[in-house]
Amino acid sequence: MSFMVDSVIMFTSQVLFFGFGWLFFMRQLFKDYEVRQYIVQVVFSITFAFSCTMFELIIFEILGALSSTSRYFHWKLNLYVILLVLIFVVPFYIGYFVVSNIRLLQRQKLLFACMVWFTFMYFFWKLGDPFPILSPKHGILSIEQLISRVGVIGVTLMALLSGFGAVNCPYTYMSYFLRNVTDSDILALERRLLQTMDMIVSKKKRIAMTRRQMYQRGEDQNKQTGFWGMIKSVTSTQTGSENVSLDSFSPDLSLIQQEVDALEELSRQLFLETVDLQSTKERIEYSKTFQGKYFNFLGYFFSIYCVWKIFMATINIVFDRVGKTDPVTRGIEITVNYLGIQFDVKFWSQHISFILVGIIIVTSIRGLLITLTKFFYAISSSKSSNVIVLVLAQIMGMYFVSSVLLMRMSMPLEYRSIVTEVLGELQFNFYHRWFDVIFLVSALSSILFLYLAHKQAPEKHMTL
Amino acid sequence: MASLDRVKVLVLGDSGVGKSSLVHLLCQNQVLGNPSWTVGCSVDVRVQDYKEGTPEEKTYYIELWDVGGSVGSASSIKSTRAVFYNSVNGIMLVHDLTNKKSSQNLYRWSLEALNKDSSPTGVIVSNGDYDREQFAENPVPLLLIGTKFDQIPENKRNEVLTRTAFLSEDFNAEEINLDCTNPRYLAAGTSNAVKLSRFFDKVRNPQLSTVTCSVSAEIVMFVVWLYCGEQKP
Repeated sequence: MSFMVDSVIMFTSQVLFFGFGWLFFMRQLFKDYEVRQYIVQVVFSITFAFSCTMFELIIFEILGALSSTSRYFHWKLNLYVILLVLIFVVPFYIGYFVVSNIRLLQRQKLLFACMVWFTFMYFFWKLGDPFPILSPKHGILSIEQLISRVGVIGVTLMALLSGFGAVNCPYTYMSYFLRNVTDSDILALERRLLQTMDMIVSKKKRIAMTRRQMYQRGEDQNKQTGFWGMIKSVTSTQTGSENVSLDSFSPDLSLIQQEVDALEELSRQLFLETVDLQSTKERIEYSKTFQGKYFNFLGYFFSIYCVWKIFMATINIVFDRVGKTDPVTRGIEITVNYLGIQFDVKFWSQHISFILVGIIIVTSIRGLLITLTKFFYAISSSKSSNVIVLVLAQIMGMYFVSSVLLMRMSMPLEYRSIVTEVLGELQFNFYHRWFDVIFLVSALSSILFLYLAHKQAPEKHMTL
Repeated sequence: MASLDRVKVLVLGDSGVGKSSLVHLLCQNQVLGNPSWTVGCSVDVRVQDYKEGTPEEKTYYIELWDVGGSVGSASSIKSTRAVFYNSVNGIMLVHDLTNKKSSQNLYRWSLEALNKDSSPTGVIVSNGDYDREQFAENPVPLLLIGTKFDQIPENKRNEVLTRTAFLSEDFNAEEINLDCTNPRYLAAGTSNAVKLSRFFDKVRNPQLSTVTCSVSAEIVMFVVWLYCGEQKP
């Protein structure tokens, strides 16, 4: 009986998550596009729903809600469904939509989509070879094979994102890094931009007038009409900027065209620089507000945290050390042993780990959704929006599965058992080590990248 | 009389609707082979004949300013774009007939451009809400262009055309539906070409529409008076 009640609860929560994913898709991701293929929206919402259910099960594990048999059952069920979606459904649809965009392969869409899927499976399988992620007692078709590979991809993604995020966060929050921009700088740049546009316009007018005169001259001379007509028909198949055959009639035309191309490139650069200056000016204004000052303070705090994390990652790699106890138990140990404060360990460890794990889950979901949205706006167009959303759904699913894997380390021993049981005998230590390595690499290269970008920008202002 | 020196027409719309292809078709009379994203603003020049065929035939240039981007861009991009909206004589609003959102975004585009118009007769818009009456008295002529007409299947054509008819009523503007990869739609003598040259005449000479109205009203009155006069026993 309790199993039925538990299942109903789980199902309701899944429907809620599905609805949330649906709304997020419609309101945030696809707000500038028309949804024509509803399957994309459904697949995205399903991936989101089942990923969130996994987090919910962890919370239930800590709180002790629902009976343990039904929890175990739902874990297994959820895991199978998520793996099915991530390995079969989403890649197949990605292949299908990529193929539909290519005009040549319109005939045999399904066939080519299947071929793409098989290629994906091949590389996915090959991924497991260089990593020591499996113990030899697993068969070839066991669930652990799939999870381990999904885990590797997901952990790499997590480490990349958190490495970059850990460095970028203080950089954007702290106003120490803001360059000084005055209104007159912006006005001067805008004036230059308009002047460049005016020069482009006057040169294009000259080109247009010259071409018109040549055309009229060509019509007056009847003898050359046939010849002229042939030349005209050749030029009409080329794009306007390649006035190749008119060169023989007027060499300065190609010269003016080259000047126009150079000026257009300059106008693009000036536009981008002006946008850059405007956004810096807005950030300076924001930093003077109360919110801005708060974020500035947070930035200092985060930069210390970031340095500490990089330091810890290096220590872990160099000394080949994997933490045995989680932060909650460690913190309680310290308070009990060193500070001599006595309190009910079991009771508090449950609540504190619930809060800690809850915070980790919420911030990682929120952070991932925001990053995905930004990414989507930056690179999508009306043709590729379906494909990109599905790729993002794949990334999201793998990210959430591996965060469950890694979260195991943050939970006290009594709650870890269910995760270990469900996911099978994976080499969890390997995943933590891999996370540390990729995190270190990502953080250091982000520091290098931001340093170079920051160095370049002030030099541009010197030349103005 | 409009300034004889510069006639500036903005071409606005969401990214990917086909503004660059349209501008290329209008100015070079050729189809653009490899469209790519417009960064910032790209200008092209069209040579137009005014009062063609009459002794007062005059040739003038129309500058088509193709401003790239989307309505949801960051405010830094929007404030940089505003630089291009000064002293505009006409606006071409381009939308994609296969994408309803691009038609809806045209309201926001027109508000963005008209709000920044620095001429003294500029439209005063209250808190960004759309109001049809403001467009009725708008001194800047608008033209509505729907692209990718060939990609609409036959059975959906009527529905799409009704929708665009509502849109052109809202903006108090003429509408043209075409496919930018096919110059046939703007061939001389088609109704599209007539609408286009009417729009450019209005852009060059904003008093033209009101002058024609009052003159034609006078002529009608005169004819009626003549007719009634003859009817008297």
